[in-house]
Amino acid sequence: MSQLQPAFGLSKRSATTAALPAAKPAVQVAKLIDVSKCIGCKACQVACMEWNDLRQDIEENVGVYENPHDLSPNAWTLMRFTEWENPERGQLEWLIRKDGCMHCQDPGCLKACPAPGAIVQYSNGIVDFISANCIGCGYCVKGCPFNSPRISTADNKAYKCTLCSDRVAVGQGPACAKACPTKAITFGTKDDMKKLAAERVEDLKERGYSKAGLYDPPGVQGTHVMYVLHHLDKPALYAGLAENPRISPLVEVWKGAGKYAGLALLGITAAFGVVHHLLAGANRVTEEDEENAEKLRGGGA
Amino acid sequence: MTNSWTDIKNADVVLIMGGNAAEAHPCGFKWVTEAKHHNKARLIVVDPRFTRSASVSDFYCPIRAGTDTAYLLGVINYLLTNDKIHREYVANYTDVSLIVKEGFSFDEQEGVFSGFNANNRSYNRDTWDYEIGPDGFVVRDTTLQHPRSVYQLLKKHASRYTPEMVERICGSPKEKFLKVCEMISSTANGEKSMTIMYALGWTQHSYGSQTIRTAGMLQLLLGNIGVPGGGVNALRGHSNVQGLTDIGLLSQSTPGYLGQPRESEPTFAAHMANRNFRPLMQNSISFWQNYKKFYVSLLKSMYGTNATAENDFGYEWLPKLDKVYDTLQMFELVYQGQIKGFVCQGFNPLLSVPNKAKLIEGLSKLKFLVSIDPLETDTVKFWQNHGEANPVDPSKIQTEVFMLPATCFAEDEGSFTNSSRTINWRWKAAEGPGESRNDISIVAELFLRIRDLYQKEGGKAPDPIMKVDWSYKDPKLPTADELMREINGKALVDIPDPADATKTLYKAGQQIASFAQLRDDGSTSSACWIYTGAYTERGNMTARRDNSDPSGKYVYGNWGFAWPANRRIVYNRASADPSGKAWSERKSYITWNGKAWGGADVPDYPPPLAPERNAGPFIMNAEGVARFFARKMMNEGPFPEHYEPFESPVANVLHPKMSTNPAARVFKADGAAFGTSKDFPYVATTYRLTEHFHWWTKTSKLNAITQPEFFVEISPELAKEKNITNGQWVRVSSNRGSAKGKVVISKRISSLMIDGKKVHHVGMPIHYGFIGETKKAVGVNSLTPFVGDANTNTPEYKAFLVNIEPLSGPVTS
Repeated sequence: MSQLQPAFGLSKRSATTAALPAAKPAVQVAKLIDVSKCIGCKACQVACMEWNDLRQDIEENVGVYENPHDLSPNAWTLMRFTEWENPERGQLEWLIRKDGCMHCQDPGCLKACPAPGAIVQYSNGIVDFISANCIGCGYCVKGCPFNSPRISTADNKAYKCTLCSDRVAVGQGPACAKACPTKAITFGTKDDMKKLAAERVEDLKERGYSKAGLYDPPGVQGTHVMYVLHHLDKPALYAGLAENPRISPLVEVWKGAGKYAGLALLGITAAFGVVHHLLAGANRVTEEDEENAEKLRGGGA
Repeated sequence: MTNSWTDIKNADVVLIMGGNAAEAHPCGFKWVTEAKHHNKARLIVVDPRFTRSASVSDFYCPIRAGTDTAYLLGVINYLLTNDKIHREYVANYTDVSLIVKEGFSFDEQEGVFSGFNANNRSYNRDTWDYEIGPDGFVVRDTTLQHPRSVYQLLKKHASRYTPEMVERICGSPKEKFLKVCEMISSTANGEKSMTIMYALGWTQHSYGSQTIRTAGMLQLLLGNIGVPGGGVNALRGHSNVQGLTDIGLLSQSTPGYLGQPRESEPTFAAHMANRNFRPLMQNSISFWQNYKKFYVSLLKSMYGTNATAENDFGYEWLPKLDKVYDTLQMFELVYQGQIKGFVCQGFNPLLSVPNKAKLIEGLSKLKFLVSIDPLETDTVKFWQNHGEANPVDPSKIQTEVFMLPATCFAEDEGSFTNSSRTINWRWKAAEGPGESRNDISIVAELFLRIRDLYQKEGGKAPDPIMKVDWSYKDPKLPTADELMREINGKALVDIPDPADATKTLYKAGQQIASFAQLRDDGSTSSACWIYTGAYTERGNMTARRDNSDPSGKYVYGNWGFAWPANRRIVYNRASADPSGKAWSERKSYITWNGKAWGGADVPDYPPPLAPERNAGPFIMNAEGVARFFARKMMNEGPFPEHYEPFESPVANVLHPKMSTNPAARVFKADGAAFGTSKDFPYVATTYRLTEHFHWWTKTSKLNAITQPEFFVEISPELAKEKNITNGQWVRVSSNRGSAKGKVVISKRISSLMIDGKKVHHVGMPIHYGFIGETKKAVGVNSLTPFVGDANTNTPEYKAFLVNIEPLSGPVTS
C-alpha cells in the first residue's frame, strides 16, 4: 500500500479543484540514473522489493535477462537489457536501463486520474499514488507517457515507484539508490543531480560518446528521475525509452473542455453518492475481506 | 590481491580478464567505476563473453575460453619487441640479468622443458635453476646480452606469440588484440599504472597457476607491481575465502602459508633442510629466513606447554602428507570407496565438484555424511530422487546423513578477511534460528567428544589429539575473540628488548604486535604469523572502523587490519626508483627521506635500510628481485607455455604432440571420460550471475525472482546452425553427462575463428540445483571434467567440450 506522506506539502492533487493548502516552497528532488555506470546487477530491484515488501511470483526463464519479465504491481522497477551493435565504435554495446516511474513534473497520470487525491505531486516533485483513494480505473496507465503504472488484479489499485517518498520524508534516499553498488543511482536536489550529470556527460564525451547527454524530457516539463545516456540522440535504443514523451492528447482534452462537463458529471455522481450513503450507509470492509485481499496480493497479481 | 579494493581507484587502466568483476564482485567493482569517473581510467575486458563488466568497458576483446596464457604471452612479446617496457624497473627489480644454468632448454617442437621423461610424463627439474658463481651467489649479466640471461631466454620464449599466433590460438582479431596491447603499454612508464583483476576464469584451468604467473610477468615488465593502481589482484569468491586460505585450509599448507609436512620430512630438521632460504644475491634479505620462528610459534600455539625444544615442539604430531589431499583427490578416494565418512562444513560438493555422476557414485559408498551448514544443501539430499534433476534410486543408497544446523554469518561474531587481505571484525546481528549453533561450538564439541573417547578407550595415534592445547575459558565454546587473540600470538615468557637487554619488550602473556618479534625458541606463540598485529595489547585491530585517508591515495590504514603488518600494497618499495625517489609525483607512495622509508603505507622493506644497500624490493625472494624465471617452483616449467584444455576443439598449434599440460594429474578413469571435438564440437564455459551467490541464494525468494532458472547461452550463429529459437529447451551434453535448460541467444557469446576453424562457445551459469526456490536443474557439474591445475589441482571448469541439441516441445512451458 502506498500512503500519503504528510511531511510534504502538496503541489498537485488529482481531480481536485479546491485550492490546496499552501505549502512551503520545497527544494526539487531528483534521482539520477547513470546508465554508463550501471552494471545491471538488480540490487535496486531487490532493494525495492525488500523496502516495499513486494514479492512477485517466481517466473521462468524465457530467453532474456529481464526477471520479472515486466513491471508489475509487485515489481516497481526493472532492469531492461538491450544488445546493440554500435556502427560508429564497431563494438557491441549492452545497454542496461533501470525502468520505472519517471516522476514527471507534469504528470500525465495525475492529470488523467478521476479519483480525488488518488495521485498527488508533493512540492518537492515526487509523484505518489495514494492507494486509499485509488479506484483502479486505469486512467493513469493511459495518461502515463512511460507506461509505468500497473493495476493489481488482487486489490484493483494502481501501483508504481513512489520514489520511496516514505524514506525521503525522513531524510533518506530511495532504497534503490542506497543499494546501488556503483553509484549508478544517486539521489539529491534536482540542481545537484544536473551538475553531477554534466560531469558524467563530459566524461562520456571524452570517451568518444559524442551524443551523450542528460535525459530530462521537456515534453513533460522535465522529470524527477533522470538518465545519463551515452546516446541521448537515440533514447529508444534503451528498451524503447520515449523519444519525446508527452501526455496523450486525449488526457489533455479530458482536462480541458471535457473537464467542466466531467466536473458536472462528478457533481451529479457525488450527489448520488451522498444520497446513496444516507439511504444505504457506508460500505463496510470486514477483517476477512482485508485478509483475503492480502492473500491475493501476496500471491501475486 | 597485491593491492587493495580501494587502491583500484588509483588505476589509469583496468584490465579485467579471467574474471567478471561487475557480475561476481559488484560491490568491489565500485572502485572501477570510481577510477573511471575520477581518474579517467580506461577499462579493458578480455573474455569469451561480453559480460556485464564488458557492458561498462571502454574496450572489449573476445578470446577463446582457456587460451589466456597465450594471449598474455602475446602481450609480453608485444612489449618486448616494441620496447614498451619500464626499463629501469625491469633492470633493477627483476631477475632479467640473472644467468640460468647450462642445460636448461625448451623444446619448441615437443612443447616441453629440459628434464622431461615422456614415459611417465614427469620432469627432472635439475636444470631449472640459476648458475651460481664461485662466491655462492647467482651469476649476473647487467648488459642482458648473455644468451642464458633470463631476459634473452624470456624474449626467445615469448617470441613465438606473435599477434598472428595469438589470433590463431585465441581467435581474438589481430587489430583488437593490438589495440589492447597499445592500451596496456601506455602504463609502462611510472607515470601511469594498470591493475589486473582476475578470478576463477584464470584459476579453473589445468594450467591456471601459470596464467596468473604470466599476468604477474606482464605487470613486472610494465613496472606495475608495488605501485598504487597496479598489481595482480585476485578477486576472492567468498566473503572469507581469503581468510580460509590464510588460516591453512589449503590442502598443502598450514596457517600462514607455511609448508604442510610431507612423509619425506619425518623430523623438524628434515622439514627445515628442505627450506634453504639462503640469499641468492649478495645484498638480498630473503625474509623467509625467519620461517623457523613462524613455524615454532605455530607449534607452540597448537600444543602449548606440550611443545618443547626437546620434542621439536611437537612437529611429529602433525600429519605428514603422502600426497596432496585436494578436492579432486578426496573425491577420487570417496569414489574408490576408500573413505568411509565425510564431513562437509560450509560445502556443497554435489554441485561444486566436477562430474556429478562420479560424485553420486562416490557419496553412495560412504558409511556416513555429515553436513555443518546453515542451509539444507543439495549434497545432503544427494540420495533423494528429484526427477531429471537428480535421478537416483534412494533404495540403493545406504549412506547415513547427519545435518548439523549452523548459524549464518550475521548470527555470530568473528572476522572476514576480504580480497584486499584486510581482516574485518563483524558483530552478531541476530540469533540463529531453531537448534542452529555456531561453527566453532559444533567443531569444539566434536573435538572434545573425540578426545574423551581417546581418553577412555585409547586408539591409534592419540598424541595429535591429546596434546592439543585447548585452554579456552569455556572449552565447549571458544569465543571468536579468544581465537583472534590466539591467532595473533603472545609472549609465553618475559621477552627482553633486543635493543636494550635491561628492558622487557613483552611480559609473559602479552599480545605480540609484529611477526618480526616472533621467536624460534618456543618463547612466543602465534597460530598464523601473517595475522600477527591483528590483535595486540592495543586491542582488536580488525574492529577498527576509521575511514580516514590521510594520504589522499585511498589508503585506509585505520580500517580493520591488512596482513602482513597492516600493509595495503605489498612490494611497495618498488613504487620508488633505486635511489628511493618516487617514479613520478602522481604515483608517489613509499619513498626514502634520507633516514627512513615512509609514505602512504607501511613500507614493505626494513624502514632504516638505505637505498644504497640495494637489497631488492622483493624481500621474500632469495634473489631480492621478482622472478620471470620461476626456477623449480612450478610443476610444468619455469616459463609459462600455452597448453590446450584437456578437452579442446583444436590441437595445440605450437606443439600438437604435447597439446595439454604435461604436468597435470589425471586419474585413470577420468582420462577415459574426456570427450573429443568429433562428438562434442563446442567450447563450454561456466560462470556466476550477479543475481546469485554460488548455490546459496537459490534458497532465497528475492534472488530466485531475479534469476529463476538455469539457462544456456549461445550465439545467434550457433542458434542458426542448430535451428534453435530463443527460450527453447535444449540439451547440452559432454562425455560425462547432460543438462537441460532454456536457451538464451545472444550476440554477447562469441563464435570465433580458431586457426581457420569456426568455434562456438556455450555458456552456462553455475547456480542451479534441485533444492531451493529456483526451478530444478541438474547442475552444470554434470558436464565438467575431473582434472585440475598442475600446481593447485583447481578443477578445469572454465573450458571443456559439449554438444547442444534442441529439444522438441513448447518454446516455454
